[in-house]
Amino acid sequence: MTELLLARGQMAMLFAFHIIFAVAGMGMPVLMVAAEAAYRRTGKPVYQELAKRWARGTGVLFAVGAVSGTVLSFELGLLWPRFMEFSGGIIGLPFALEGFAFFAEAIFLGIYLYGWDKVSPRLHLLSGVAVAIGGILSGVFVVTANAWMNSPAGFALLDGKPVDISPLAAMFNPAWKTETAHMTLAAFAASGFAVAGIHAFMLLRDRENLFHRRALAIALWVGGVAAILLPVSGDFNARFVARHQPAKLAAMEGQFRTQRGAPLRIGGIPDVDSQTTRFAIEIPRALSLLAFHDPEAEVKGLSAFPRDEWPNPVPVHLAFQFMVASGATMSVLALLAALFAWGRREWLYHRRFLFAVAACAPLGILSVEAGWVVTELGRQPWVIHGVMRTADAVTTVGGLAIPFALFSLLYLVLGVSAVWLLRREVSASPAFPLDGGGGSEAG
Amino acid sequence: MPSLPSLLAGCILGSLMLYALLGGADFGGGVWDLLARGPRADAQRRLIARAIGPVWETNHIWLIVAIVILFTGFPSAFAAISTALFVPMTLLLVGIVLRGAAFAFHAYHLHEEHGAGRWGMLFAGASLVTPVLLGVTIGALSSGRIPADPLTFTGDTASWLAPFPFSAGLLTLSAFSYLAAVYLIMETDDPDLRSDFRSRALWAAAAVALLSVFVPVIAASGAPDFYGAFTESDWFVSVVMFYATASLGAFVSLVLSADSLARICAAAQVVLILLGWGLAQFPFLARPVITFSSSASSPSTLRLLLLLLAAGAVFLFPAIFLLMRIFKREALSGRYRETP
Repeated sequence: MTELLLARGQMAMLFAFHIIFAVAGMGMPVLMVAAEAAYRRTGKPVYQELAKRWARGTGVLFAVGAVSGTVLSFELGLLWPRFMEFSGGIIGLPFALEGFAFFAEAIFLGIYLYGWDKVSPRLHLLSGVAVAIGGILSGVFVVTANAWMNSPAGFALLDGKPVDISPLAAMFNPAWKTETAHMTLAAFAASGFAVAGIHAFMLLRDRENLFHRRALAIALWVGGVAAILLPVSGDFNARFVARHQPAKLAAMEGQFRTQRGAPLRIGGIPDVDSQTTRFAIEIPRALSLLAFHDPEAEVKGLSAFPRDEWPNPVPVHLAFQFMVASGATMSVLALLAALFAWGRREWLYHRRFLFAVAACAPLGILSVEAGWVVTELGRQPWVIHGVMRTADAVTTVGGLAIPFALFSLLYLVLGVSAVWLLRREVSASPAFPLDGGGGSEAG
Repeated sequence: MPSLPSLLAGCILGSLMLYALLGGADFGGGVWDLLARGPRADAQRRLIARAIGPVWETNHIWLIVAIVILFTGFPSAFAAISTALFVPMTLLLVGIVLRGAAFAFHAYHLHEEHGAGRWGMLFAGASLVTPVLLGVTIGALSSGRIPADPLTFTGDTASWLAPFPFSAGLLTLSAFSYLAAVYLIMETDDPDLRSDFRSRALWAAAAVALLSVFVPVIAASGAPDFYGAFTESDWFVSVVMFYATASLGAFVSLVLSADSLARICAAAQVVLILLGWGLAQFPFLARPVITFSSSASSPSTLRLLLLLLAAGAVFLFPAIFLLMRIFKREALSGRYRETP
């Protein structure tokens, strides 16, 4: 493997790992605050126990997210010094803002986790809200920086160097709104469905357990609302990509030829040599309709671009298909849950529904990963779209296989350990009777 | 009015000072966890975990603040430094990850009888190694071997393998351990634990004092330009005098059990070490060629960044004050309520 591929591989691995914890850092605090708010309103200990357990989980996940995020802030320079040299002054601002959001998250999580007996109920709940806001803002600011890589703004080029820099214009780049909205919703959906799935799994063993029932309801609320909104933000993103990054759209859709009234391909495998996407179900004109809201609109194919500016359509198309499919599955599940909650509440705890929710537990996280594959691989060969190639950004330091192996091993150990720790948190179900809030309080 | 780059240089130095005073002590706590001995070893470890638990993540962020100012305000310097110091910075990251994650896992187990051991060991070990790597990285910035342009950089990733950066690493480790021991005295009202940490603080004070002499001596040959800027400056005598006074003050207060005063003196020592380093290093960010002004971003970026840091501080410091008041009130005042 070349050093460039090793650097890309390492960065991808670091991101793929971090994003799981970053997503949890955005979504989990919302669940935890919702549980505590329910406790403060109703006084039922089951909600307090739930808030405490979700908070402990958040604590562990946040810690791993904090350190793996630190790694990334350094690795931007370690692996991509040319990229940082070019863009640090342009897009550093959201990172600085992210630092403050992250501060808020850490400060108030400290108060939340360790302050149950030390601060007033009101301050405790407010701390939880501050954690949630800090978490969401951290994510928004970081994604803003990524949006700039997709739609660079706020500078002009002079002899390959950035001049006339406007950090605010860079921050509020064309892609920032759609990308951050989609990512925030995805984080809620991923956290909500992962947590709901775990509690649904526990309910399959112990259907009457009040603790898991309440947990499932809150998690489905948070994840479900987000899942229903995700197709909307996804549509905005896709239309943005269609206008600003047509090569990425072509790779996502497996579209090789430039075509009016282009079909939407469901499934299929792009074949670069023959420039066709095989085995796909084609819906006539649907892609033109979706991407440009006009069934006759022209969709640019990959062949419209020089060969050395193509992203690899195989992983991009497959990851995109996977993301859309799992997003759709979650939406359907969310709509069903809403229907049950509205009509027949007991159906929420029906075996089949619980089984479906449990089976879909990893879908949210996996689709977040797939979404990042789409946006990152879809932007290649550019690190900054149309401005800097990834190959020109990479470090001159050799032997990159060593840090790659080192961090892979480290993260493997951390990931397995975190799962092991959290597994015990769930598997020891506290016994709350179905018919009341009182009873034994496991602690 | 100082220039924009020098104001931001001051912000980086300020963040590093806060990181050393707050986050540094958390690493030092890990060192004392590793060195916990005697009949109260378990009580010492519990005290350390309790002291660090609510605050370490907040304290850690000062390092991120420093890095973000560096890459936003001085991007070409960040690129050059990350290239030349690739190895120690990568190892530093591994240390940061291990320490943080191991502590979180360790703290998670604390409400149990057993199971805390393995993560505790890893937390403690990483706490020992990470400060050394941080000191090595900072020392290497002064030793005058960071090339200006990462493109002309020819693959020498070993410039940091020299006595001066390592002496700076040892000084960092001992200063962090020293701060932790001094702070930990007042984290408890148990007289035995207090005297345990008082004697540890005295040992650490001796190590810091020894290295404070040793590091400049090595700098004379290992970082000659830096050493010259240090000794020939007009503030040299006053910084050294203040430092000597603070060291002596800390030592005497520790012997006399004036723990509160010892804490102020120890913190002053660490601030003065970093101040002396910063003044001697300025206007260079990484010697011999990269200066703050030569690597600065556009004035519009610098101005916004400064504005943002000021605005952030307005919101941040009250929040940190709240955190400290909730968890450190007793440790800060030294007064503990009667326990039944």
